[in-house]
Amino acid sequence: MNAIQDPIDQQLLNLIQRDFPVASRPYQVLGDALGISESQAFQRVNRLRETGVIRRLGGVFDSRKLGYVSTLCAVSVPDHLIPQAAALINPLPGVTHHYQRDHAYNLWFTLIAPSDAKLSETLEQLEKDLRVQADAGSLLNLPACQTFKIKVQFQL
Amino acid sequence: MTLTSLDKEIIKALQQDLPQTLNPYETLAQQLHLSEEALLEKVRLFQEKGLLRRLGAVVRHHQVGYTHNVMVVWQVPEHLITATGHHMAARPEISHCYQRPTRPNWPFNLFTMIHGTSEAACLDFVQELAAETGIQHYQLLTSLRELKKTSMRYFCESPAATE
Repeated sequence: MNAIQDPIDQQLLNLIQRDFPVASRPYQVLGDALGISESQAFQRVNRLRETGVIRRLGGVFDSRKLGYVSTLCAVSVPDHLIPQAAALINPLPGVTHHYQRDHAYNLWFTLIAPSDAKLSETLEQLEKDLRVQADAGSLLNLPACQTFKIKVQFQL
Repeated sequence: MTLTSLDKEIIKALQQDLPQTLNPYETLAQQLHLSEEALLEKVRLFQEKGLLRRLGAVVRHHQVGYTHNVMVVWQVPEHLITATGHHMAARPEISHCYQRPTRPNWPFNLFTMIHGTSEAACLDFVQELAAETGIQHYQLLTSLRELKKTSMRYFCESPAATE
């Protein structure tokens, strides 16, 4: 089932992926841009939120500008021990994305922390726990040294 | 900019879901004991300073037709990395592009996230990129399973809530 119902939904998503209006009556602004009423814009956005097309409507912050540091990590874990590894990795609040991938390094996750010291400390402990409880190899720690692009919107 | 405790409270609130009301900023401002105008001004300031990269809808790619994605890692000669990175970043099929360090057992230094409407479209695109850039050493890392996906909660002592 496709939860995006018509071209107006599409235009609406294109608009609000980029910029949800910072205004007292944002749905009025959206309605004006799309030629529909404020309440129609409101209902459409609510439907897209309720059907899960929109995972969240809110702010995406630049972690570095807030003083946080981040990295991408990879680790190699035997397939049957992935649940044990995930049980160690996923509860960490700074882990925002975690995927099993088709590679010798089969687990890939991002970690955000309030300082370099906290990041290192977390990774050191995690590496130990993963070795003991999930027979993991050593952790690849790959913090970005140059960012060419972070795009989080999709043209529909 | 130095963040005050009020700034942090506002950031904490904005990283949640906006209230589902016709005037969400007013609703939020009330929760923060602020005037709506003061909150709107802060939001605009955060945008201006680049703290707030984006205020808007985070969509599920799978539900908007980008059913396939693949992470591709490239082994780029050091002197070509900036040019290659910018070249790849210019393509709309690529959502993320970073230079990352190499390690003794990890020779790949350029990371790209590629999105497409089919597996074949992704693969074609990767071959096209390889031909264009001349980078022939690369690997595709297909995602087999999503184990966690959340948005970061900054300035929260307690563990992040998953979405």
